[in-house]
Parts: sequence; structure tokens; C-alpha cells
Amino acid sequence: MLLAEIVALLGCTELQALDQNGGLEIAGCFAADLMSEVLAFCGHGSLLVTGLTNVQSVHTAEVVDARAILYVNGKRPEVQVLALALSRGLPLLSTTLNMYEACGRLHRGGLPASTKDRPSAS
Amino acid sequence: MSEPLYADTFRIRGGDFEHGGEVATRIKSICKELGIRPDLIRRLSIANFEAEMNVITYADEADLSFRVLPEAVQVVVADRGPGIPDIELAMTPGWSTATPEIRARGFGAGLGLPNIRNSADEFRLESTPGVGTTLTYAVRLA
Repeated sequence: MLLAEIVALLGCTELQALDQNGGLEIAGCFAADLMSEVLAFCGHGSLLVTGLTNVQSVHTAEVVDARAILYVNGKRPEVQVLALALSRGLPLLSTTLNMYEACGRLHRGGLPASTKDRPSAS
Repeated sequence: MSEPLYADTFRIRGGDFEHGGEVATRIKSICKELGIRPDLIRRLSIANFEAEMNVITYADEADLSFRVLPEAVQVVVADRGPGIPDIELAMTPGWSTATPEIRARGFGAGLGLPNIRNSADEFRLESTPGVGTTLTYAVRLA
């Protein structure tokens, strides 16, 4: 699924719109507020869905080779987090949906779960 | 022992959550520049990030020494801190002494040390209570 399709599907706000040509492919989704769980179980090439907005969310996404972060419940990270994501070329999205609803819509839209056992395409 | 292709040491300060993750992502950039395989970089970076956050969460400070050899990337994280009284217990997935504040930052789930062990090809944990902990791990390149 393209990141641009996710933006349309959930009505996301693009906090860092770094997918200029709309061609960024997202192969899977992983949702958690615990970054340790992301580090332990998330496959690469994923969309990270989280309610955690600190700098570690961006570092974690970078370490697991996530393609973008979606913050739920209308959350928006502080300016230094936005700057860090920009420096890393990591698109950031925000949705007013809660995590359950956001993930439900993504799954229904055809985005599979991302796990280490089923690595996403790079 | 082979001569390292690259070696560096990074200081990590306990409690410095603001910068937590910077060492791991910096090493990741270095590994990319060195042309190391992406899947190996990913495993190494996951281990480095967990080790870095462990120091920030539990220790006073540590030096993370990083060496790239032709056959492996080796990391030694030597901290000064309270140490780990029961290593076997600390290696149990889900076991943690983290405070609610640490968990609110997205860590302290009791997954860190097992995740480092699972991400690395070699793993050794030595600790002296009241003195500190030395964590050694490596990801093989061939």
C-alpha cells in the first residue's frame, strides 16, 4: 500500500510530508506504544503506528527501517522531534482516530501486519 | 585477531533520555557508509539501541566501544552503575525493574536484554553489583 493511500484512507494530517511524489510503498504495519516491542517484533519497511511522540519514536523507526510513523489520537510531537524526522527523511503522519480504529481501517484496506517472521519488502 | 576496519567509542550518560538513540543511529550511519549488509545493520542497530537505552535507564554512564572487523562487528558496553544481581532473572523476557516513568517513554518492557541476545550472534553479560555491567555482543558479517 502506498503511503499516499494511507493518508487518504485515514484522513491523516501530514506533519512531515516527505513523500513528495507519492510513491513510497508501505509493506506492513506494526502498532505499539512500547518501543521495546517495536524493536523486538517489527519487520522492516513498515508503518509504525504509535501514541508515543518523543524522540525515541523517531530513533526506533530509523533503527527498524520503518518507512513512516503514524501518531494516533490526534497526537503531534514537539518541534525537535519533527526536526529529527526531517533530518532522517522520515515522513510523519497524525490521525484523530484511536489506535484500534486506525489499525482496523488499515487492515481492512489491505495493509498486512509486519512481523520479523514475515519481513516486509525493502 | 584481525585489524579493525573501523573503531570508535561513544560515551552514554545515564538519565539522558533526550539524546537516547543517537549513538545507535550514528553507528547505523557509519555501518551504511562502510557498506555493511542492511539486514546485519538492522540487527546490530536494534542491539545497540536497546543497550544504549539500558545505560540511560539504569546506569550512571557507559562507554560503548564499537569495532568493525572483516568477520564481525563487535560491541562492548561497559557501564558504571548498580549492576545486575541476578543475570538469569534479568534475561527473562518481560522481567523488568523499570519505573512507570521509564515505561511512559516506551521502554522498560523487560525485552531489552533478550532482544540484544536474539539480535546478536555472540552475547556475553557480566555484572558486579555496586560496580557495573559489561555487555559484549557481535554480529557476524560472513
